[in-house]
Amino acid sequence: MELFINRIFDGLSNGATYALIAMALVMIFKATTLINFAQGEFAMFGGFIAYVLATERGVPMWGAVILAMLLSALLAAGIERTLIRPFDPADHLPLVIITLGLFLAINAIAGIVWRFDPRAFPELFPSGNATSIGGANLSWYTIFTVLTVFVVAGGLTLLLNKTKIGLAFRAVSSNLESSELVGIKVGPTLQFGWAIAAAVGTLAVAVFVATPVRQIEPNVMITGLIFAVSAAALGGLDSLGGAIVGGLAIGLVQSIVVPYVGVPSELSLLAAVVVLMLVLLFKPSGLFGTPAVERV
Amino acid sequence: MSEQRTEVLDVSHLEGGYGPIQVLHGFDFHVAEGEVVVILGANGAGKTTTLRAVSGMIQRTGTIKLRGEDISKATPPEIVRKGVAHVPQGRGTLPELSVEDNLRVGAYIRHDDEVDDDMDQWFDVYPVLRERRNQRAGSLSGGEQQMLAVARALMSRPSLLLLDEPSLGLAPIIVQDLFDRFSHINKDTGTTMLIVEQNAQLALGIADRGYVLESGHIQIEGPADDLIHDDAIRKAYLGV
Repeated sequence: MELFINRIFDGLSNGATYALIAMALVMIFKATTLINFAQGEFAMFGGFIAYVLATERGVPMWGAVILAMLLSALLAAGIERTLIRPFDPADHLPLVIITLGLFLAINAIAGIVWRFDPRAFPELFPSGNATSIGGANLSWYTIFTVLTVFVVAGGLTLLLNKTKIGLAFRAVSSNLESSELVGIKVGPTLQFGWAIAAAVGTLAVAVFVATPVRQIEPNVMITGLIFAVSAAALGGLDSLGGAIVGGLAIGLVQSIVVPYVGVPSELSLLAAVVVLMLVLLFKPSGLFGTPAVERV
Repeated sequence: MSEQRTEVLDVSHLEGGYGPIQVLHGFDFHVAEGEVVVILGANGAGKTTTLRAVSGMIQRTGTIKLRGEDISKATPPEIVRKGVAHVPQGRGTLPELSVEDNLRVGAYIRHDDEVDDDMDQWFDVYPVLRERRNQRAGSLSGGEQQMLAVARALMSRPSLLLLDEPSLGLAPIIVQDLFDRFSHINKDTGTTMLIVEQNAQLALGIADRGYVLESGHIQIEGPADDLIHDDAIRKAYLGV
């Protein structure tokens, strides 16, 4: 029982990271119906920026994370402007190839700059355990990572629903042409989406590695991205709430189902892909996604 | 109607199309302040393309003067800011957004604090939109979506409204009501309108002047009253 509850807690803290990356994916998908395969690498890079600011420049940890979120947003905005915008947004294949190229390029650049040896990341949350349930320890880290997910989701929801740029973003997500015809500049609006997604991703990695059991290195998000894509697809790809449910569910599948079913941990990635496949097969719009049906 | 009217829209040598396919073969037309002008034509004549050229949605050449200023190189968002609102064919609402958000986004270019008042005014005109203000626009019926699309376009307080086949796919009784509404809006607010239509009888009924477009050329033009009695038009578009 103790082991089981511990696995739930593990699943939640892993799932929180998948949920955050999944939310970043959802932001881009909402705007462009495109999955940014470089999202995890954007996030890893942002995480390294936070690491450098905190450990080498002496910026206080949370300040470093926020600064890194801003810098990665700027970087993503620049990438959107130079590598994404010149292409027809309706033609997905070139864009998918570009995001795959970015995936490889960012990973390689991070490897050149920071090498592939793992480094300890400063802690963001109080260490130790908050409480003990059924003999299993619930750490402050787990509580705060899950909390971060809900704070980010709340922030994004407010941003999308209560601000003018949020309204423009939702309009562009709904219909490109009609948005232009009300005076929305589509390019900068999509750029805003890329920037926000990058900032959320950076936070995700910072939170993920801010525990002594994990370290930051250029490959830190490679498997995380697969889990996050599965999470986003499970949740519905265009739903922030769905990304949370999907992320936590995938985290729990990974930490509970995989060991109990006896899948070797090397194959836990496969579990995510199986979930992804089942979703695409039986419920392509995911649990909370908008089905592509409308009255005409 | 005064003798001296300023031209809101003055288009000459308009050419345009999609990629290598040229649809508009160089023609002239104009719309004066406060006028309702209709462009008639069969499917494929270039009606929609003409409106898309005016609002900057396609590559075009020639001169398009909006109150004397050439907008033939301007982008759609720039043209919207100069006071042109375009209701595209097939409603062009934002289906995932609520009715209220559709209206709000219509006022995207505005920075005054009367947006809520304008919205209330449109809710008075179309009470069904008020009832459904929190519903997704995609869940409305075709007629309701067309009302919403028109109201949304007018939320930007345009001086020129472009309407692309507003009657398409709507029941006759709804269409009649919609055109009556256009006429009222034109008279009440002085909004100049350029309407592209296949339903010649309805459109000429509320228009001041009309043009007939065939294969990218303007074939006939004149006052609406003359066109409605023109034998060629009666044969081709009125089915009599």
